[in-house]
Amino acid sequence: MLFGWTGNILHIDLTKKEIEVETPDIDIYMRYIGGKGMGGRYLRPVAELPWDHPDMVFSIFSGPLSGTISPTSGRTHIVSKSPLTGLVGDSSVGGKLATRMKQAGWDGIVIKGRCSHPVGIEIMDSTVSLRVADDLWGLDTETVHHRLAPQHGSLALIGPAAENGVKYASITVDRHFIAGRSGLGLCLAKKNIKYLLVDGTGRCKIKNPDKLKQAREDILRLTAASPALMGKFGFTCLGTGAVFDLMDNRRMMPTDNFRRTRFEHASKLNAAGYAEKYAPRKHGCLGCHILCKKIGQKNGQAVSLPEFETMSHFTALIGCMDTDLVVKANELCNHYGMDTISAASTLACRREITGIAYTEEKVLSLLTDTALQRGEGVDLGLGAAGYARKMGKPEAAMAVKGMALPAYDPRGAYGMALGYALSTRGGCHLRAYPISHEIFRKPVATDRFSFSGKARIIKIAEDLNTIIDSLTACKFTFFAAGLEEYADVFEAVTGIDTSAQDLLKKGEGIYYNERIINALNGFDIKDDDLPARFFTEPGSSGNNILIPPIKREDFIDARNKYYDIRGLDTKGLPLEEKAKTLGLVWKKP
Amino acid sequence: MEKTLDKFVDRLIKAKLGARSGPCFPLMGGQDDRIVWNRKADETRILEKVFDGLHINSLSFLRPIEPYTSIIAFLAKKALESDGTISPKDCETRTFLHDLPVIDEFNPDKIIQILKKRKSVIVAPKTTGTKEIGPAIIAHGTVSPEQGFVTISSVCFACFIKFFTDYLEALQKGIATDSDHHLFDAAIPHLGTVRKKMPNLMKGPFQNEENVYSAVIEAGFKTVEYGLVDSFFGNVSYLWNHTLYISQTGSSLDELAGCIDPVPLDGSTSAGITASSELSAHMEIIQRTDCTAILHGHPKFSVILSMDCDPVEKAACDFSDQCHIKCPKKRFADGIPIVPGEVGTGPFGLCNTLPLALEKNNSAIVYGHGLFTIGKNDFSQAFASLLSVEHACQRLYFEKIKQLRKNL
Ligand SMILES: [Zn+2]
Repeated sequence: MLFGWTGNILHIDLTKKEIEVETPDIDIYMRYIGGKGMGGRYLRPVAELPWDHPDMVFSIFSGPLSGTISPTSGRTHIVSKSPLTGLVGDSSVGGKLATRMKQAGWDGIVIKGRCSHPVGIEIMDSTVSLRVADDLWGLDTETVHHRLAPQHGSLALIGPAAENGVKYASITVDRHFIAGRSGLGLCLAKKNIKYLLVDGTGRCKIKNPDKLKQAREDILRLTAASPALMGKFGFTCLGTGAVFDLMDNRRMMPTDNFRRTRFEHASKLNAAGYAEKYAPRKHGCLGCHILCKKIGQKNGQAVSLPEFETMSHFTALIGCMDTDLVVKANELCNHYGMDTISAASTLACRREITGIAYTEEKVLSLLTDTALQRGEGVDLGLGAAGYARKMGKPEAAMAVKGMALPAYDPRGAYGMALGYALSTRGGCHLRAYPISHEIFRKPVATDRFSFSGKARIIKIAEDLNTIIDSLTACKFTFFAAGLEEYADVFEAVTGIDTSAQDLLKKGEGIYYNERIINALNGFDIKDDDLPARFFTEPGSSGNNILIPPIKREDFIDARNKYYDIRGLDTKGLPLEEKAKTLGLVWKKP
Repeated sequence: MEKTLDKFVDRLIKAKLGARSGPCFPLMGGQDDRIVWNRKADETRILEKVFDGLHINSLSFLRPIEPYTSIIAFLAKKALESDGTISPKDCETRTFLHDLPVIDEFNPDKIIQILKKRKSVIVAPKTTGTKEIGPAIIAHGTVSPEQGFVTISSVCFACFIKFFTDYLEALQKGIATDSDHHLFDAAIPHLGTVRKKMPNLMKGPFQNEENVYSAVIEAGFKTVEYGLVDSFFGNVSYLWNHTLYISQTGSSLDELAGCIDPVPLDGSTSAGITASSELSAHMEIIQRTDCTAILHGHPKFSVILSMDCDPVEKAACDFSDQCHIKCPKKRFADGIPIVPGEVGTGPFGLCNTLPLALEKNNSAIVYGHGLFTIGKNDFSQAFASLLSVEHACQRLYFEKIKQLRKNL
């Protein structure tokens, strides 16, 4: 008998209009855990198909901890192939989707095939139905959410940006939670799925509730002791925007499309400013105690306040200095369903190429044009890399493997530089999350201007974050708790003996599988790199902080060490032997 | 990597946990693409196997000097006779380490087995022939050798506190054994003396920001120099111009330059997100009192006495397993209030109890954790209190012991 997992995975074939229930062995669960791990399992066999091939899979997974009182276990992991990058495309998203899936009796849902017309997938416990959604196609995310009024159920949906083909279209879950970055909204649109509604009445089986309670308390105690999370200026009080002042302070706020690292107006654009203006309330994923999401008030209406990246990129990166614009741009991106980081980066890239500064109206109208794919918006919908290439200025795209960089300048944190370059989904800060030690001083501080030791740190951190995304827990908790505590939670829930190190080992296998998927699509050392700017141009030094360009040879040296530690060849490709030791198959093409 | 290793080896020695030569010379290894050690040693052969078996980037190994070596040897032997773990009750262990597992031999598989789940493992002492090899503490890190340093320091501190607390309780209950007495007597000469003469600290109120930074740095440095914190942990703050200048989380009190966050009281920036986890308590203390300077250290005997509770009363108390958060009694050590409360801002956070206690006192002890002292213009008064409270607690502790042993 399984505890934690439901033991059931729902397969939906839209072309054949069939469903199938898979009941994997415990060995499968122990190897892939859930979330990201499970998603990778289904992506691997179809890895070489184009992202928009009808047989491409789209999977949505909970984890063994979802639906229990395990802290921050309410996250869902979505995996397919990215239309934006051609890499593994995945996203961890909040809300209540994972919990409802588990209550409906499903660990995950794997969708393939394609409908001939727009549909919504509705799941109520074991009943799965397709509902015609022609009437919803073309409607924005709020309207659809209100029409379908999910109440207890969890609702994931796409907006017009996805329908119109924007490469960085996102998926909106439960109104306020966004699965962004990889363009997964477009994957749903391609299958003609407008929405997914899940509700359930079951309960998750837990092996040892008393032990779980104890393990939960251990984690809550640690989060309470964390300044970054529950401190006066932490995420609980101010949301992820709490990081804003710190980035300014450390002189690593990407400004003018990463041409500078200090934005003079930053002090007026910080989280405290939003708190004063929009009187936010706390909101968060189901079952979370950190509650980092901030919902503000604007003209008597509830409005999702921007996350840190959005705050930074819609000001410093594009040369604007108005919090109202940020809130409006954020709303507009959410309204149409597209990733804010990519949208802002593409605009920043356009500003660098054209040399034309933005007005508020221009930013908003370009966002609308992008979502609706008209005029200049058609090119902007390609993302920074695609846009810059089309304009004949590929060097102006501040992206890695086609994904635009978030709001941490790599010249201010060398672990971040390495993390960006090596991430399996492109320019992403979350795979290795070195900000934790380079900026937040957790678990201890490291020298942010040094590559010393960083190759192994990044490798271990990638494995760690991989397992977090597979358990489906939240990365933020790990500023405070460790895998040590989560291993206890896992044991309590599943009754299966494990340890922090055992879980890391599984993370390693899951991550290596992603490296294999990317290698099958032609990615190697040439792609594990940063835009040239970071090696040639300095950032904005000052305040006793020197921000020189990154030394190219140091970066390359660290990257070589990483390949060695990760078990890749000198070209960054997987090794047959290494793959075998992780239970994976790889043959050099 | 070598530089980082040397830095934390030095710290273990400066913290008087290790020695510059001989068996108590700390051994630290770091691994990026290959493993490097701070020195050659026989133990590296086994420790490299531990590296192979774990996803880590650093290992620290220490045979601590006296009195830690005897104390840990004693607790380790006892642990092996029961469930294999030492379970200290101080705040740091509770929050960060859970318990301290012990193994009976320096064997890579056994070490790996424990370190898979925990931050540290203690190897019990061993007698081969006539030679006794002292106990060792092994700790790992996934980011930096600093993690091993922090863990080893915490283990030593926790064991020290546990032994002296347990001994007092055993005497009170009339169950102290000969080996307890023996170890206690043997440990005394190694305790060293806490310096009595006050350092000359910068005089306040300070006129500019630069002086504020210097004063905070100096106060932190002297607190470490006088041995008033375990290793280098603790926190310091000073209020100037509606801004609280506070040491950062995980910063080393003797090296605060560059590790002080200015936190405006009006909340206009959130740069204080990296400030000490006790920021909320410091802010609240500033609100409730007219002090400008706050010092927080972990002086050992203040911590030990804070956990002293009459065994009869304790047996009758409903919260006897939750003293650290729910102790219902008004308690004092030499007139200094002792309050319950855990680190941070949770429902049982010390930010709810400590500031109230400091409204009427210049010092307060947090149960099983440490001492907070405040001062009006500069750090002199706070430092003097830190020093005098620890002296008083040490004196009181030994008086209690003397009295109880007299009655034996
Ligand atoms: Zn403390």
